[in-house]
Amino acid sequence: MVEGARPVTGASPAPDAAGLGRARATGFLVPAMVLILVFLVVPAAWTIYLGVTNYRLTGLAAAHPEVVGLDNYTRALGDERFRTSLLLTLQFVLGSAVIGQAGLGFAIAFALRDRRGPLRRVVEGFVLLSWILPSSVVAFLWIALLDRDAGTLNALLGIPGTAWLLDHPMLSIIVFNTWRGTAFSMMLYAAALENVPRSHLETARLAGASTWQQLRDVVFPRIRGHVLTNLLLISLWTFNDFAPFLITAGGPEQRSEILPVYVYKVALSGGELGFGAAISFVMLLINLVIALVYLRMLGRRKESA
Amino acid sequence: MTTGTAPAPTTEPTGPTVAVRHLLAQIGRYTFLCAVLAFFALPLLWLATAPFDDTPTVTASLPRFTLDNFRALLDNPYALSSLLNSVYLAAGTAALVVTFAALAAYALSRVRVPGRDALLYGLLLLSSIVTGTATMVPLFELAFRLNLIDSRLGVILILSGGLLPAAIFILKDFMDSTPTSYEESARVFGASPLQIMRHIVVPLVRPGLATVGVWAVANVWGNFLVPFLLLRGPDKAPAAVIMYTLYTEGGQADLRLLSTFSLLYSLPVALMFVFVSSRYGFRFHGGIKR
Amino acid sequence: MSAITMRELTKVYPGGVRALDALDLEIADGEFFALLGPSGCGKTTLLRTIAGLEVASGGSVRIGERDVTNLPPGKRDVAMVFQDYALFPHMTVRDNIAYPLRIKKVDRRSRGSKAADTADELGLSGLLERRPGQLSGGQQQRVALARAMACHPQVFLLDEPLSNLDARLRLEARTFLKRLQRELGVTTVFVTHDQAEALALADRIAVMEGGRIRQVGTPTEVFRRPANTFVAGFIGSTPMNLIDARVRGDELSVARAGLPLPDDARGQVTDGERLVYGIRPEYLDYSPTAVPGALTGEVVVVENLGSVSLVSLDVPGEDTEETGPGRTSVQVVVAEGGEPEPGDTGWAVPRPGRSLLYRDGNLVTAAATAGVPAPRADAAARS
Repeated sequence: MVEGARPVTGASPAPDAAGLGRARATGFLVPAMVLILVFLVVPAAWTIYLGVTNYRLTGLAAAHPEVVGLDNYTRALGDERFRTSLLLTLQFVLGSAVIGQAGLGFAIAFALRDRRGPLRRVVEGFVLLSWILPSSVVAFLWIALLDRDAGTLNALLGIPGTAWLLDHPMLSIIVFNTWRGTAFSMMLYAAALENVPRSHLETARLAGASTWQQLRDVVFPRIRGHVLTNLLLISLWTFNDFAPFLITAGGPEQRSEILPVYVYKVALSGGELGFGAAISFVMLLINLVIALVYLRMLGRRKESA
Repeated sequence: MTTGTAPAPTTEPTGPTVAVRHLLAQIGRYTFLCAVLAFFALPLLWLATAPFDDTPTVTASLPRFTLDNFRALLDNPYALSSLLNSVYLAAGTAALVVTFAALAAYALSRVRVPGRDALLYGLLLLSSIVTGTATMVPLFELAFRLNLIDSRLGVILILSGGLLPAAIFILKDFMDSTPTSYEESARVFGASPLQIMRHIVVPLVRPGLATVGVWAVANVWGNFLVPFLLLRGPDKAPAAVIMYTLYTEGGQADLRLLSTFSLLYSLPVALMFVFVSSRYGFRFHGGIKR
Repeated sequence: MSAITMRELTKVYPGGVRALDALDLEIADGEFFALLGPSGCGKTTLLRTIAGLEVASGGSVRIGERDVTNLPPGKRDVAMVFQDYALFPHMTVRDNIAYPLRIKKVDRRSRGSKAADTADELGLSGLLERRPGQLSGGQQQRVALARAMACHPQVFLLDEPLSNLDARLRLEARTFLKRLQRELGVTTVFVTHDQAEALALADRIAVMEGGRIRQVGTPTEVFRRPANTFVAGFIGSTPMNLIDARVRGDELSVARAGLPLPDDARGQVTDGERLVYGIRPEYLDYSPTAVPGALTGEVVVVENLGSVSLVSLDVPGEDTEETGPGRTSVQVVVAEGGEPEPGDTGWAVPRPGRSLLYRDGNLVTAAATAGVPAPRADAAARS
């Protein structure tokens, strides 16, 4: 081959099939980019700025916000309510996403793995329905279910008067979020389980492996990537979930005040925009860490594929 | 298969025990599935019974059938208008997202822009970390400065900004898998870029546009936080917000109104779900909803 | 008049890939012209540059009297049939065929009837309301041709027109295509990697490699007298035998045998010069008994090709200082009935006037200096 005359295979890369031209292509990109810039990038950047001011919704600091440096952050770290909220959020994510949604989702997918027909459709249908209904509707469904005096749950259990939302607010929203979000994990694991070759499971069964041993030795190694993807995504979503506000509004006595609810109460109900922005920024950082771990993992999976 | 020597007693489970174990496993499996079914169906029961019960309580019970409760919807000044508001927000956002994402995805798919993959992944990363919850403070501030407080347009714009990166990503995938020879062929016949768009590209990617549209509608229909933050009066509030106010404000909730309204508000997404799953099969690809 | 003239045509892709390298070519009005070469040789790029889908980095393209180098594709008055036919899946056959007319703003009624007429000519009349997905491969190809014909272009461009058809259909479509082109008389350029297709269809062929044209000629010329060893190896269902040879006085020493010098080479070679001797397997006659002026060796493989067999002889190579006495293989096409057995000794007799000599990869002819491309290292190395 002559230098510089490397082969170009049949269908060469067509840089511009419709003859759009650079100018028109740029024009096509602009509207979307402007919206993304203004309503996604700017708010993110603004969070950083607002977080170092004493900006308030009303009063003197509303007209003339001052830069207070890292005061908001040191205040947050020293604030019992913030630390409690962080801890509750951790409980919420671990309990409802990692244990609840991922665990239950996998269990359902595994129990249904070689089922076809009405049973599978009915189970999947109900799980999916709880996922797609509007959050303010399902929130009320749970309030009704858990109602102290006339709730269906107490009626079924025969323990009228149990105030689930007052006595066990965290447990309530954890079970609620498990109920609400299991569909995603179930579907992801159902797809993953279909990729586990039958012959591998049969080999294990012939060797006398129990169900648990089959799971450990055959299934999990094959779907490790799916598990990681699933855990990271649902953690991210659960961490940013505002729906518990619709049920307990953080109460009673801030005992179910996860971070999103905390930010809302401090910044928008309480009017402390600067302080709220600082908490928001902490949330953004946590989001970023989760997302980066996820992307890093995707990249590694692509390389090894 | 040797004969003569007596087989040594093995630790392998013999016939009957295998059958018993299998039976137990089956029973365990069905018990589990029934429990799952009960867990997921129980909260939904109320939604199915209460709207048709002539004296609804918060307990799910067999209704004494009536349709009178739906009259409560007409009596409430905000119930029906809030559904219209939801339609307005969902339609506006979906139109904006589909149009802008299609244009951008087409340009990114067909014209070589330096660093386009990095741009796309960057946007996707951004949209997944910059959630409405984490940025409610600056979003509120921004809407205030842009005079978009209590404006439905503001809600549409903010929701569109959040949905666009993923929509562009989905649609670009779609357009990348469409051969360029269709457009080139039309071009050799003398079609202008806009004719190519109208005659060839849009019809070809219509399923992708529909997917993104449905996905956007589903997202907006259920979104509570953004309209809750930005819209002040109940006359502009969508169903998500009105639903919340119905059971938190004004003393004793009107269960007839609440139950019928819940049902009416839930029905569109449920129907959309049934439609999508019957037409395309609701299998897993990226998720129709986040 | 719609001849196509290309001068110094160059296409460099971003990143420095040189797909077309200062290429000169003339395609006559009404000609059925093939661009032939291995994948990556630039043939498709050349076709797309004529169409205007690629913008030339240098040089010019003329169609008839018009310089079209900088015209957009729609203004060049050409029609192109793509390898995958690019039939719009959402339109009926009628709408597909009528699409060029729709762009030309012909009203709906007359473009519908014109589409029907064109479809009739190609035997598609019953299929007008179908969608492309409901058609067989051969029908799809004809719809694509009909769509190209509908706007009466000056030039047809076909990208691998037969490659998407299965083997049996391909022969049928080949005959159909050749007859259609003859009837229409429109200048047609097609791209193919299949030398048999090019030989069967084209009035003339350009054989390309590495963005350059290695030979232009009629199928007969290209088959009988490949201008260089690259073309010799590429054309023909079995490649040409290329064997090291040495001039010894009036004779040529090839594989220890003495062969007469080709007429063309007389006066062009010097005594003792080392060259490459080329002869097609089809132009060798097999003899089981000793014949003077023949290559001889042991039969190692006999491949049955149907009506003929391909026999490989193991012959001694030319004895050189560097390599010493080597072995080389000569292939002979043997008619049915005369096949030898492996292990036999056989003689291969060149037919008069069919022997060729290559110096540095290029054909030695009486007109050796005329228009032969510069020698290329890789082409020489192939022999």
